[in-house]
Order: sequence, then structure tokens, then C-alpha cells
Amino acid sequence: MTQTIDRRSLLRAGAVGAAGLGFSGLFPAWAQSGSAGLAGSPGLAPQMPTLSGENIHLKIANTPFTVGGRTGHAVTMNGVLPAPLIRLREGQNVRLHVENTLDEDSSIHWHGLIVPFQMDGVPGVSFPGIKPHTTFVYEFPLLQSGTYWYHSHSGLQEQQGHYGPIVIDPAEPDPVAYDREHVIVLSDWTFLHPHQLVTKLKSEGGYFNRQRQTLFGMLRGGPEESMSASDRAMWGKMRMDPTDIADVTAATYTYLVNGHGPQENWTGLFRSGERVRLRFINAATMTIFNIRIPGLPMTVVSADGLNVRPVTVDEFQIGNAETYDVIIQPTEDKAFTLVAESIDRSGMARATLAPRMGMTAPVPPLRPRPTLTMRDMGMGSMDHSSMAGMDHGAMAGMDHGGSHSMGSMNMRDKSLVPDSVKVGVGVDAIAMSPVDRTGDPGVGLEDVGHKVLTYRDLMSLTPNPDTRPPQRTIEVHLTGNMERFMWSFDGEKFSEGVEPIRFERNERARVVLINDTMMTHPIHLHGHFFEVVNGHTGSYPRKHTVNVLPGGKVSLDLTADAPGDWAFHCHLLLHMHAGMFRVVTIRPLEGDAA
Amino acid sequence: MKYLLSLLLAAAATPALGQHNHAAAEQLVTADPHAGHQMDEEADDPHAGHDMPQSPSGPSDPHAGHQMPSTSATDAHRAHAGHEPGIPDPPVAPPSAAALRGPDHAADAIFGAQAMAPARETVRKEHGDIKSGMILIDQLEAVMGKGKDGYAWEAQGWYGGDIDRLWFKTEGESSFGESPERAEVQALWSRALDPWWNLQAGIRQDFGAGPDRTYAVVGVQGLAPYWFEMGGALFLSDKGDFTARIEAEYDQRLTQKLILQPAAELNFSAQDVPELGIGSGLSTAELGLRLRYQFVPEFAPYVGVRYERAFGDTADFRRARDEKAGGWNFLIGIRSWF
Repeated sequence: MTQTIDRRSLLRAGAVGAAGLGFSGLFPAWAQSGSAGLAGSPGLAPQMPTLSGENIHLKIANTPFTVGGRTGHAVTMNGVLPAPLIRLREGQNVRLHVENTLDEDSSIHWHGLIVPFQMDGVPGVSFPGIKPHTTFVYEFPLLQSGTYWYHSHSGLQEQQGHYGPIVIDPAEPDPVAYDREHVIVLSDWTFLHPHQLVTKLKSEGGYFNRQRQTLFGMLRGGPEESMSASDRAMWGKMRMDPTDIADVTAATYTYLVNGHGPQENWTGLFRSGERVRLRFINAATMTIFNIRIPGLPMTVVSADGLNVRPVTVDEFQIGNAETYDVIIQPTEDKAFTLVAESIDRSGMARATLAPRMGMTAPVPPLRPRPTLTMRDMGMGSMDHSSMAGMDHGAMAGMDHGGSHSMGSMNMRDKSLVPDSVKVGVGVDAIAMSPVDRTGDPGVGLEDVGHKVLTYRDLMSLTPNPDTRPPQRTIEVHLTGNMERFMWSFDGEKFSEGVEPIRFERNERARVVLINDTMMTHPIHLHGHFFEVVNGHTGSYPRKHTVNVLPGGKVSLDLTADAPGDWAFHCHLLLHMHAGMFRVVTIRPLEGDAA
Repeated sequence: MKYLLSLLLAAAATPALGQHNHAAAEQLVTADPHAGHQMDEEADDPHAGHDMPQSPSGPSDPHAGHQMPSTSATDAHRAHAGHEPGIPDPPVAPPSAAALRGPDHAADAIFGAQAMAPARETVRKEHGDIKSGMILIDQLEAVMGKGKDGYAWEAQGWYGGDIDRLWFKTEGESSFGESPERAEVQALWSRALDPWWNLQAGIRQDFGAGPDRTYAVVGVQGLAPYWFEMGGALFLSDKGDFTARIEAEYDQRLTQKLILQPAAELNFSAQDVPELGIGSGLSTAELGLRLRYQFVPEFAPYVGVRYERAFGDTADFRRARDEKAGGWNFLIGIRSWF
């Protein structure tokens, strides 16, 4: 506990000095603080070793990991956390020799890469897994370019450090111009074993929440306690906590940039006037981050590896497993702080971008903890306080709930969901009137006073490859029970022996995700890119992982063009582990009679 | 079949839901269209030299993409994008027959069914089949009052999955330096009824002063609206006596770590049980107020007060033993779980 307080007050005071704690050689060169950038960056001599070429060797092993002066147990690849940068070129073939030196099964999933299903790396779905003390060779061609990552899909190894970045350079000249680039791998580290996290959450759903509403807080007032007494009573009546924003928080987490804690202050260098490409990867287990660089606007040029029409923002929210590439162009000879606040604002990852090592910029204090609203509760049309102007048009069409009075609310109205949804122990709420929230910036970012990216700002740089209209809708409800820490799709955990979600090969379908819970879920489909139906018909952004805001819904168009079996899950690792997981099958397979 | 059926039902039940699509999506807000200009120096930028569209509903510039396939259909589609209501959600429908063909598990053909079967079982278990447990010592306290000081405890623990759990409870009370005056242990099977409530059934064994009793127990325990932790149980003893108990407690957070917990317990009996000193009707009631400081959630010392008294025949039984019907106590204790 004292550790948490110390870090928090330290950050609040903005007093983080150049900590210069002696880190070992546990970081790969590109992740070393003071990184000048990546090999192959235009205008820079290649100086940072990376793993490239047609044959790549990775060794999974138990390794000690040190952060904040304390050492814990990690599962790493090639002895480093994060794992080595794998840098490849679109159009090449690659063989990845993965040696598992652990005494348990392991695996690597190439997140966002379009690969044959048997190379996708999900044990029990795409292959048997990598047995202890054996080597598995993945082999596939690179069909795409952009920023991706790789991580274990076995047990909870990802929480222990088993993740690393992938950059694939385009075969054609890059439409994005930049002078220098840095990979920014965000993650969350805990000295608890991941199974302890699970046990604590099963014992007490709000265990890690140390920012709850309190009586003294209410009397004192302030932005974190502005909810009225009657609203508090209403949330209490429903047994819902409006401060339950993140399941695992800075109470145990240290948030990392390229394996460095806030005190270690990872620093990336630039020369004034350069265009710097930052490749953000959220490799965290349970943390959604809000990212900003005070004083520097960021131009988003790519989402989930694929180019988008450039859009300039001051901040963006990045769900687990999403990637965003941004261009910044600092023109002053000064340092900037890169802030990645956890969604619940219990802590932050912090790094510095500077012309020279040793320079720092002020670290802004953590902003007040957000409070969930009626909109997050799935009553989008009933919440007038937090609605952005643009949403009023949507209300008329979506208003199921206008006639409901607070007293008669049924937060688990089974008539609102299809019979395929099992409204049982694992479902503590059903959204009464879920709304399209692709125009919302994310929980807590509605009123931050500057431009925050929304999914509606994203347009694919190139036209969508498949413009056929979808032929059928598959509705999937994201369901959960916060008290019992149960998470599922359509009310059924994967362990209950659920049917796969089935597609015909090359069929064009619309997947509508409806979030009945009060948490943001980053939903990932393996082997495919969804088109996020955000109004830009024909230029939808294509994503492998889509944040679905609480009480919201999102429509995704899918061309089911990759035969095989694929994992489909929430990328909050413990939600997946608790049951929020499905297999998607696409038939017929290669060679089967059509 | 089950899946097909449910999808058909879904198709019948939900088209209305599906039709509420994205009116809002039409009111697009595209962020600064000039953003791309920073990159125009790059000769290979397909946008180089092109103005980005100014319209807030901006479909992308149909001329921007030199790489884009120049099928007129695509162009026409894109050109209208800003004016169309978008492509509405198609009807909810089950997968086609072709989607159901082929092997159940694609990987079996490559790695062999024998290798895949155990991995498949592991992946099933690892995605939802979590077994966990907890031991909660809710009260372990010194009880100080007008009479002899004593001690009391109330603890429970469970192990199992989300739905079915083995549950034990124990509580008791005594004076310092003496063996327990009153002690009970319950061993229960607990089954989740809904998101918040559990049905519990099993046995209770009492020890201590007076004759030992064994009871059959059936009860509920869970979380009531407004965050009240509640429990209620019926007990049938091996002598045929019926008793019942209702408990409730509430955590009022004063600060993140300082918590005030009012608690109440009522005991009822269907008949007089003189050998246990229990009278019919409301036999005893207990109100407690404990203020604890959570150094960590797992460890919280507290101070508190308790008022306990007997009613009706129970009170008479006490008076017959030269005891008071009720009174106040001061408490110092520890709440802990692991």
C-alpha cells in the first residue's frame, strides 16, 4: 500500500526526477532508455539491433524482472521484457523458431497478422500449443504492413511479460512520412502472480478499487464525488459501483513504457523539427490507457496497423491490444512528457521525448477519477447530462426507455435480449437502450477540454477491399457479473461448452456487439480485420480489436475470408480467462468441396 | 441443433432491436482534415498536393486514392456516403448450410485429433472454469462489558466455481479462560441462484455449554439492493426443534480505508427449548456497530459496540439463571480474509 501512495503522490507532485536507476541488460536495445530510434528509420544510421530476416529465434524462459527497485518473476522471450522487436518486410516469408524452456505449455500469437489458422498460435484452437522444452516453428508470408505485436495465448503468461512488438515495413513506399520512429509498448506489471489477481477478484469484485465514493468524500465534494445522493442511492439499489472503471488498478500495477516504470522514465530522442512516428502498442493485461503528450498534438496515421486518413488529436484512448501510429513534430528544443494514464486514473505510465538524455518535462498530476454515467449503464437515451450534441439525432430512433421512470427500472429485462442470451447468474445487467458510441471518446474523456480521438474520426486511407453489403447480422452481447467477476458472451462462459460462432467462407456479415456491462471491453477477432461501421461507408477503419464502450453497441462488417478456427475474445486478459471467449469457425476449409 | 434453434428464435425476437442503427453515425465529425498536410512532403504520399475534403460529413476524397480500384460502383458508393443513411443492419440469421460443413475442428486435420483433444480441454477450462476459495474472518473480537470479559468470532469460507461451492461457517462466544460457551459450525453446499444470491443447505453442529445439537440447515445468503450483505437460515434440530436466523450488515465507507459497519442479527424459535434456554418467538436480537481501518483489504482491526438482548421466554430463561436479559458490550477485534 505504501508503495502505491508513494508513487501516486510522487506523480501528483510532478516531482519525478531523472531517476537513472541502473537497469540491467534486460531491455532490448530499442527499449533502452535514451533510444535514438529504430533501425531502418529514414535519416538515421541503423544502430539498434532487432530481429529481422527469414529465420527468427525466440526463447521463452523464466527471468527475473526489476522495476521500481524491486525484482519479480517474469516470463520473457530472449530474456527481455518486452520481447525483442521483430521487424519484417511485407511480402517476405518468415520462419519463427520458438523454443519453450518453461515447465509448462506456452505459445505465441501474432496479434493482427493475417496468417493461416494453424500458425495463429492459440492452443486448443489453432494448434496444440508448444509443449515444455520443445520448439515449434511458425512459418508464414507477410501479407501486410504496420505496427503489430505478439504475445502468449497460454494461461496468464502475458501478464508475466510474454509480449513484444512487431513492425512490418510496407513493400511499397510508405505513405506516412517520418524522420524517426519509436516503438512505445505500454503494459502493466504486478508482483502478484496472475492467479492471485484472479483469486482476489473472485473474493471481492472491487478488490483493487481504492477510489470509491465515500461519505467523507461526499461531504468534502470535488470532481470525484459530484454524484448526487439520489443518484448514489440509485446505483446502490442496483448493486452497481459507478467508480468500478478498472478491475485491476495501480493498487498493484506499475504501468510500463517499453518495460520502464514511471521512475525509470524511458526516454526517446528526437531532433527539433523532425517528424517522429510513435508506434503505440497496448500490450497491457487489464489496462486501457489514455495517451497524451502535453504541448504536442498527435496526428494519428494508422490504427491497428492499417493506415488511416491523418487526424490530429490531443489525446486518445487505447484499448488492450489496439495499436495506433501517430506523428508528432516537436519544433522546440525541449522535453515533452508522454503520459499514459490508466482509464481509472489510479496511475500512469510515463516516458519522456527529448532532444537529449537527462532532459525532463513536468509530469502532470493524475486527473480526477471518472464516474460512470447513465449512458455507461446502457440507458444512452435517458442520460441528458453527459450527452454530446451530436447524439441527439440518434435518440429519437433509439429511445426505448424514455417512458421508464427511475422507480420502475428493470436492469435485467430479459425481453430486451434474444433467447440466445442466457440471463443467469453471470448476467447482472442488460442495457436498456444501448447506443452507438463510436462517436464517444471513451470513459472519462467527455469533458477533458481538448480533442480526443473517437472511432468516428477514423477513415481508412485506402478504400475498403470488400464493399458488398452484409447479408446477415450476428448479435453478440457482452455480459458479466461484476460482483462474482464472471464475464461472458451472451451470458455463457466458454467453459460451459458453447457452440462456435459459424461463418461461411467469404460471406459478408455484420457483427453487432452490444455491451450490457458497465466496463469497456476491447474485443478481438483473430485472423481478420473488422470494418467499424462508423458512417464512412467504403472507408471504414479496419481493426482487429474494437473497444466497445459500456452500455454501447458497435456494428462491425466482416468478410469471413480466412478458413479455419479462430479465437474471438475480450482482450482484458482476466475477462477472457473468466469466460469471455468464443471460437469462430469459417467453412469450408481449404480443399473441402464447396 | 440447439444453436440453430436459438438463432431462429433470435431472428424472430430481435429484428426490432437490429433496426435501430446508426442514425448518429450520419452526423459525422471528422477531425481536422488538414492534419494530413504535415505529411505532404513525402513524394509517395498518395494525398500529396490534394486538399482534404472540408465537409464535416467527409467521405474520403474519391480522387485521393490512386491505389484504389477504379470500379465505378465503388466510386459511386463512396461519393454518396455522406448522404446515405448508411447500410442498415441486415436481419439476424443463422449461418448458412455451407458454414456448417467440414470438420468440427480445423486443427485436427493438421496436428491430429489426439494432440488437439487435450489442448482443447485445457482451453475450455482456462476460459471460465475457475475454481477459487476464500476464508473470511469477519469478526474475531474481545467482548467487554459489565460481566466477565470474553471473546467471540464469526467466520466463513468457501471453495468452488462460480455456481457451486462448498461453504463453511462458524461462530461462537465465550468468556476468557473458559471453553466455548456457545459454538457452532456449519458445512454447506452453496449454489448461486442469481447474480447476487446463493441457496445454501447442509448441517450445523453446536458445541459448548448445554447439550450438543445437530441441525439440518437451509438458507440464502447474498447481496441485497443498496449493498446490504444478508443471510437467512432455517434450522431443524435432531430433536425436532425449529429455529431461524436473519443477519444483515452494511459497509459504510467513510474514507477509502475507514469503514463503519452496522450489523444486525435476529434469532427466532418455533417453540420453547428450555434445555438451550431458547423461548418461542423472537428469542434474541443483536445490533453491532464496528469501525474498522483497512490497512489492506485483507487486514482491518476494529473497535465497536454491541447491544444484545433476549426477549419473551428466552429472557425469562436468562433471568432464571440470574443473568440479565441484555446489555451493552465494547468490542475490539480484527477482520481479515485470505
